[in-house]
Amino acid sequence: MAEVTANAQSQAYSSSGWRKFWADYSESPLAVVALLIFGSILFIAIFAPFVSPTNPYDLTTVDIMNSRLPPGSEDFAGNIYLLGTDGAGRDMLSSIFFGLRVSLGVGALSGLIALIVGAILGLSAAYYGGRYETFVMRIVDIQLSFPSILMALVILAIFGKGVEKTIIALILVQWAYYARAARASALVEKNKEYVEAAKCLALGDRRIILNHITPNCMAPLIVVGTLQTAHAISLEATLSFLGLGLPVTEPSLGLLIGNGFEFMYSGDYWISIFPGIALLITIVSINLVGDQLRDMFNPRLQR
Amino acid sequence: MAPILDVRNLQTHFFTKSGVLKAVDGVSFQIGAGEIVGLVGESGSGKSITGFSILGLVDAPGRIVGGEILFKGNDLTKLPATDIQKMRGSRIAMIFQDPMMTLNPVLRIETQMTEAIQTHDSSVSKDEARRRSRDALGMVGISSPDERMRAYPHQFSGGMRQRVSIAIAMLNRPDLIIADEPTTALDVTIQGQVIHEMQQLCRKTKTALLWITHDLAVVAGISSRICVMYAGRIVEQGPNDVLIGSPMHPYTNGLLGSVPSQNLRGQPLQQIEGIVPSLLNLPPGCAFENRCGRALAQCKQSAPEETVMDDQRILRCFNKVEQS
Amino acid sequence: MTAFILRRSLQSILVLFIMSLIVFVGVNLIGDPVDMLINPESDQAEIERVIKELGLDRPVFEQYWYFLVNAFQGDLGKSFVFGEPALKLIVQRMPATFELALFSLSIAVVFGIPLGVYAGLKPDSRVSKTIMAGSILGFSMPTFWVGIILIMFFSVNLGWLPSTGRGDVATVFGITSSIFTLDGLSHIFLPAFNLALFKLSSVIRLARAGTREIILQDYIKFARAKGLSERRVINVHLLKNILIPIVTIIGLEFGSLIAFSTVTETVFAWPGMGKLIIEAIYNLDRPIIVAYLMIIVLIFVTLNLIVDITYSLLDPRVRIKGES
Repeated sequence: MAEVTANAQSQAYSSSGWRKFWADYSESPLAVVALLIFGSILFIAIFAPFVSPTNPYDLTTVDIMNSRLPPGSEDFAGNIYLLGTDGAGRDMLSSIFFGLRVSLGVGALSGLIALIVGAILGLSAAYYGGRYETFVMRIVDIQLSFPSILMALVILAIFGKGVEKTIIALILVQWAYYARAARASALVEKNKEYVEAAKCLALGDRRIILNHITPNCMAPLIVVGTLQTAHAISLEATLSFLGLGLPVTEPSLGLLIGNGFEFMYSGDYWISIFPGIALLITIVSINLVGDQLRDMFNPRLQR
Repeated sequence: MAPILDVRNLQTHFFTKSGVLKAVDGVSFQIGAGEIVGLVGESGSGKSITGFSILGLVDAPGRIVGGEILFKGNDLTKLPATDIQKMRGSRIAMIFQDPMMTLNPVLRIETQMTEAIQTHDSSVSKDEARRRSRDALGMVGISSPDERMRAYPHQFSGGMRQRVSIAIAMLNRPDLIIADEPTTALDVTIQGQVIHEMQQLCRKTKTALLWITHDLAVVAGISSRICVMYAGRIVEQGPNDVLIGSPMHPYTNGLLGSVPSQNLRGQPLQQIEGIVPSLLNLPPGCAFENRCGRALAQCKQSAPEETVMDDQRILRCFNKVEQS
Repeated sequence: MTAFILRRSLQSILVLFIMSLIVFVGVNLIGDPVDMLINPESDQAEIERVIKELGLDRPVFEQYWYFLVNAFQGDLGKSFVFGEPALKLIVQRMPATFELALFSLSIAVVFGIPLGVYAGLKPDSRVSKTIMAGSILGFSMPTFWVGIILIMFFSVNLGWLPSTGRGDVATVFGITSSIFTLDGLSHIFLPAFNLALFKLSSVIRLARAGTREIILQDYIKFARAKGLSERRVINVHLLKNILIPIVTIIGLEFGSLIAFSTVTETVFAWPGMGKLIIEAIYNLDRPIIVAYLMIIVLIFVTLNLIVDITYSLLDPRVRIKGES
């Protein structure tokens, strides 16, 4: 009964379009605000080079003489640093904009690849069943029994730091969540009549999985994807803060916070705190959007 | 003799988002000391809420908005919460419908019994409370009570658990027990035993009993008086034999017609057509009008008041059933 | 049952074996250990001597075999940096980490349960909404950043609590811990609260969900009908029911606290195994990395085994409940 409603729900969105989707989504004003904030963050991240007051990584404009200026300071050239400057004299606001770009980029890319890998494994496990399913799900279970931070530490301890390595670590940490969600919803879809009908038409396995089962499993995957992306961003920040994630050439928010940590004790709070607030707003807004999507797709909460 | 419980025009309403739900709307009845009174009605008629109102255990958003509940002369609706709490379990006890749900699964039977004694009389020692609990278990027919005291509820069967609930209700020798469908969830064979035992116990201890049920046949056997409730009101009440022998309200008549019995063998059972109207949106007239075969034009416009008949029966009907 | 435990134990050993293989091969195949370990200015004879001493001249599978044999004897190699056995270094730091994790766990339970129960009892009150908003924030805030904020606020600005190290330790009943001295307590408070925040949020959620479910149960109403005080209803009848699942879940998540302590220990310079592994990764101190990973995997596999066995032991009672 529950799965019927879930399916009907996701189909309702595809047929009557975005209007109904938006009507359901906007029932929570908080979720709308979160979506607006997230949209702005996304905009800033994509267009960071154009919206930033300065390019913090252009060595010709950065002057070490301007290091550790408090928020609102003005330098000799008349530039105003709204959120102050860091130890190398870079404008914090610009650094944060560029940091958002790196953090969101790494989070989204790893999330997308993990989604594809996890969905393929989860869907195929549900479709083929048998020993293959047992094998895949056993690995999923084992992996999920370890905390993500530990998995990431193992991987980075072995491979060392770097952009690709961090992304690989984030993918390896996340794929199991997607695989579990994909399998759970595919198991429900698999036994529905339309799949039987497709089988009777002797359509190939790949076609049945891709064209028939996958579209109906998208709703839960999108929810898991939203919440996992927030998690990935947080994890990447943690790893970069520890100095195990991204290299200094790709300064994500975590790295900015880490850089400011040493200045903390001398009272120069802004170098650490502002990137942290940016990180927090990003994670909270994504989580709120994800929570609302989950409530919308949850058949048990249908009104 | 003054009645032990005198409920006068009780009104308990629930203030929900979709409107005011009049679960109990003008209920009056009396119970004498040691008397057994049956309160009969279908689910949603307000009979359980009547029971909870007496104990002051109506959950939000519900509350008592009118009427009096005189217990040994004191109006319970005016007492402070702490005084009613002291009354609960000591002077007025309650037994619930589903014995599987009424005992706390993680506490020993002993704990659940002794706490009921010690909460009302802190001078009772642990040993004394334990002894009294054991005796109570023995009284309701539980063998080797000493052992059973140490057990957890899930180690008991449904019938046994209901006996434990009855023993707990009896612990402080209350003046009144409110039993809310105490046998409905039990097997038919166990039902008979429990009903019989409760009747015996109440007779022995002179405890009055308000027996709430949807099953007219159950109370017909044990009670001295019966109140029939419909949509928040008592539509007909009176002595057992009067009510069963010659029901005057069409609803009571319909209920009796739907009980299988010896002398109606071979004939189809009657049934009452239609459904209970929503308590959120009651009609201005008689609530039974839409299902009643004897409804008059008058029934649609105004609700009939309670009328006392010659045979001690109290009736709310404009067009009563005349028994041949 | 025995077969189940046996099967799960064998699976755990298999997982341990596979993890050891992954860790060993991974650590030894990435980068040439000779380059990392030996001073580039030393002559050829010196290099050969060290290679022989470390067994780096043998094939990888042979090295792994010796690694396994030695690991069973408790020898996980010598730290390149400290020149001491890796296992000894880790075991030395273990008490600090366990102390931090246990203290955090207590904070999460001691504060989380009352807050969650309150939010569950009065879901619409302003305080409850604040509690729940706080728990959402606790879930979203990255641990390391909260740590920084705590240091900034309580150590740098207010100067109330120290932000680095473990402080004085004392030995009571053979257990050496900083919670036995005032100085130690002041040192452990910030890191423990930092580590606890995530767990605290989940305890609040679990306690609230549990309270909202249990409070509707008949046995809570029955407890009230017995005349028990609201305090006893909540502290005994409600709390005992929600405590069992919460403490089980939280206790079994102890491992994740140890994993997350790597972050907290780094922020607060807490001398535990988490800080050791992060430093070892910086310094490419492979024996320490391998030893830490093996020990943490052992801890996790053991904890997971306990989880599985506990759940299967609880199963019979769950099954009895499900049938009735």
